[in-house]
Amino acid sequence: MTTRPPIPAHPRLGTRLAYRLQRVLRPRAGLRWLSARIEASGLVRPLFTSTERLTKDTLFGCRMCGQCALPVTGYVCPMGCPKELRNGPCGGVGADGGCEVYPERRCVWVEAFERAASQGRAADLRLLHLPIDHRRWGESSWLNYWQGRDEDLWAREAGDTGDAGDTGDTGGDRHAPHHQPALGGS
Amino acid sequence: MSLRDRLRAGSFAVTAEISPPRGASTDPVTATAALLRDWVDAVNVTDNQGSNVRLASWAGSLAALHAGLEPVMQMTCRDRNRIALQSDLLGASALGIRNILVMTGDHPKFGDHPEAKPVFDLDSVQLLWTLRHMRDQGAVLTGRALKPPPDCFLGAVENPSAPPAEFRAERLGKKIAAGAQFVQTQFVFDVAAFAQWMTQVRDLGLHEQCYILPGVGAVRSRNALDYMRDKVPGVYVPDDVYRRLRAVPADQTAAEGARLAAETIQQLNAIEGVAGVHLLVAGNEQAVPGILDSAEIWAGVRAERHGR
Repeated sequence: MTTRPPIPAHPRLGTRLAYRLQRVLRPRAGLRWLSARIEASGLVRPLFTSTERLTKDTLFGCRMCGQCALPVTGYVCPMGCPKELRNGPCGGVGADGGCEVYPERRCVWVEAFERAASQGRAADLRLLHLPIDHRRWGESSWLNYWQGRDEDLWAREAGDTGDAGDTGDTGGDRHAPHHQPALGGS
Repeated sequence: MSLRDRLRAGSFAVTAEISPPRGASTDPVTATAALLRDWVDAVNVTDNQGSNVRLASWAGSLAALHAGLEPVMQMTCRDRNRIALQSDLLGASALGIRNILVMTGDHPKFGDHPEAKPVFDLDSVQLLWTLRHMRDQGAVLTGRALKPPPDCFLGAVENPSAPPAEFRAERLGKKIAAGAQFVQTQFVFDVAAFAQWMTQVRDLGLHEQCYILPGVGAVRSRNALDYMRDKVPGVYVPDDVYRRLRAVPADQTAAEGARLAAETIQQLNAIEGVAGVHLLVAGNEQAVPGILDSAEIWAGVRAERHGR
């Protein structure tokens, strides 16, 4: 397991290509079947996880939190933020877009906004991300993604807090987090 | 009248920030609270501000409460995990501390323990969401019931001038969706930039879902001005403001800084959707009466409060 501290990383995968791959690698029957087979194998699973680690470390500076947010952050890893913020930038971003802690590096959220906006995906950044599960560090998020275990990482729509009662959409429970705070007035 | 009630009533609210002492005494908080009691509606008590160890925010808040001034307890995500943060809300509520201001917190790198482990188990949006869940659902994050649940008025912070500018109003919207009922901002020295942000805020209708209190600071010396411009993360001092404060003799910087603050309050009050101001005067609390007295709107606000 990685113990490297978080440092903002500039993604090496172009934005357009990243979104194209997202469409190709979306969870579907074939990938669900394949990922189940990989998970079942004591030999292949660690090999697969190591490959993912190497690939995503090279491309995104991945630290293997096991709960990948990249699809809705313009493919800039928020776990590279020194504060590991998953819901947007802190208030300390420099006037030039530099990180508060590493001023020579760009804030991951400034970069995420630019990349997402360049592909018409700025609205992704409005989605609320739930607190992560720290027991999942080191897991393969690709397997988690294809197995549908990542579906509760962020709310379905902007303004939605992941509560099943928010939208009146009773069919959307599979997205609802297991520890869901609810929208409530006061 | 409580801060919550004043904001709900639509009258101009004034809050100020104080920092608890580096030491095991609440006397300095009590003294400051006595000074500010007749001037502000509530006082923010910082949470190890700038990542420097100080008396706990809850203890400072309790001292202010006992001195007759309503506290706003600041809570950062830097030093405590989700267990400790939830526990702190229960403790605060039980002691009568109702206003909670949630923020990410400065990184330990900037404080007196740069070697400390940064926690950041939750981010500020997730913490707001957690606290609202505890209050409204009467349960901890994982579902265990709270008897009784806490009562709280939840606040957030925002920095309208930090990049990415196009996302800053949206980010406030995220915090409101997560539970924020009021927001206090970072220093506003650039009123035009703030007004621009407020336009985005109004376009999203956020000023109707949350009370907005821009931060106003009083620069008290040339050193403080340079420090603020060059060293404090997220604070932007425009060139014209900098030149204006440098143009007066050094012994008049504080007076000019107070004048600038009073003018800023006046300009902010004219912006639609502004519910009050937050005075960022930690360490310089004695400047508050002077600033408010020279803000033109103050006479009206004061008259309204004291029933004329």
